[in-house]
Amino acid sequence: MELTDEEKQIFCEVAGTFEIPAGAYNFRVNGKSIGRNSTNNIDVKPKKDKSGLDIYIKAGTKNEQVHIPVAISATGLKEAVYNDFHIGDNADVVIIAGCGIYNCGPSDSVHDGIHRFYVGKNSKVKYIEKHYGFGPGKGGKILNPTTEVNLGKNSIATLELEQIKGVDSTIRKTTAVLENYAKLFVKERLMTHGRQTAESIYEVELNGTDSTTDIVSRSIAQDYSKQTFKATIIGNNKCRGHSECDAILMDQAEVHAIPALDAKTKDAELIHEAAIGKIASTQLTKLMTLGLTRAEAESRIINGFLK
Amino acid sequence: MLELQKISYQIKGGSREKILDHISLKFKAGEFVAITGPNGSGKSTLANLIMGIKTPTEGQILLEKEDITNLNITKRARLGIAYSFQQPVIFKGIRVYDLLCIASGELISPETAAKHLKAVGLKAEDYLSREINDKFSGGELKRIEIASILARDAKLIIFDEPEAGIDLWSFDNLVKIFQGLKKAGKTIIVISHQEKLLKLADKIVVLENGKIKYQGVLTKTLLNLTGDENGIN
Repeated sequence: MELTDEEKQIFCEVAGTFEIPAGAYNFRVNGKSIGRNSTNNIDVKPKKDKSGLDIYIKAGTKNEQVHIPVAISATGLKEAVYNDFHIGDNADVVIIAGCGIYNCGPSDSVHDGIHRFYVGKNSKVKYIEKHYGFGPGKGGKILNPTTEVNLGKNSIATLELEQIKGVDSTIRKTTAVLENYAKLFVKERLMTHGRQTAESIYEVELNGTDSTTDIVSRSIAQDYSKQTFKATIIGNNKCRGHSECDAILMDQAEVHAIPALDAKTKDAELIHEAAIGKIASTQLTKLMTLGLTRAEAESRIINGFLK
Repeated sequence: MLELQKISYQIKGGSREKILDHISLKFKAGEFVAITGPNGSGKSTLANLIMGIKTPTEGQILLEKEDITNLNITKRARLGIAYSFQQPVIFKGIRVYDLLCIASGELISPETAAKHLKAVGLKAEDYLSREINDKFSGGELKRIEIASILARDAKLIIFDEPEAGIDLWSFDNLVKIFQGLKKAGKTIIVISHQEKLLKLADKIVVLENGKIKYQGVLTKTLLNLTGDENGIN
């Protein structure tokens, strides 16, 4: 793959490497696939009617990974990409997605990634998505991910969603529908700075008996940035749901947290927690008594919090 | 080693009298000094002033003859002062291992970290990779706090009520830690009401209403003043 230094940097940040990984993959740069591979168990097919992929994972596939990172280094590029994951029964796979934008020009670059998961019975899927932006241009680096998860009986999905740095504007929508005994775990990490805005919206429907979800979002809002977190858990059956939004506010930033619970039956056990505040002065003091400067202490607290 | 010269502390704009009023004290190298006295007598404030968490309104603090009165917490920590908090601090995202590395000033091996935890009666495998959050009991947090002090190679260590919150872990182990530090030649200042800790001290300082009421060895009269087995309160 021929990559510029900026594209290599993007892939390193969002996928951990710019080298071709083992297993199934699709590398997308500036709207085009620059490398694709299927394996015996995982078929990566481009969609015919629109931009994106259909990824078919055979029943019983274990310990395999799919890499589908996206890089945009052309200013002014706007795209919507539809990726559907069809995961058979009894599978256990890891999907590594993520998108980075390098913008050195005056126009906004936008990537809307719409990911739909159809997870079969007894399957386990881990989905890792990192978003990142950089570049000297005045044009915005805008990423709007939509994640839709359909969890079959007794399946488990773990979503690790991270917006590292440099994304000017994002609207992150995650919806999920759970059947009997299905489990959804979400770990979101978000950092905004400058005048960035981020909106993170969750709507999880616990339809199946003994379905469970745990949504944990941690965020840091710096400078003049603004964040909104909305999480709605709907309990339609005997189920357990928990959402937690923890935000650290710095400088002149703002965070709005709107957790909502919607219990439709007395057997639904739903909990939400939301905590917003600045870094506790006792935390800074403790780390300073161990020899860190105030700035070092602040940075350790932030990095630890977003881990 | 450490000298407090006519230290006073008053909250700005506060109507209250001085919290500390012209305190002068000398601490020798390797000395174990217990500071005791009733609640509100200014003990914790004194500890805060030595660490630099608060700055005195009057007076000077000398560490090995160097005036440190205007040095911040970090600089004092780097000069070798350690401080064990009465109420341990919790951190979302910082693991026990991370804290011990920060305290050591470098990336230490898990084996070295385990040694510090063992000294406070905690098993490394159960604790090292856990986040220091509110899922720990008060006693566990206190022991982690003390382990973070052991991980530092400080020459002057201040303990603010180390007995507070100590759980089932026996008090004797805490005493052993102090004995070990003393043997290693550390200068120790302990704020405490606990008779067993007072008995370990080379010198007792009793504070009352921000002033020194007594300084010297522990006497029966002093213990009898307390009226209970927990010491002076």
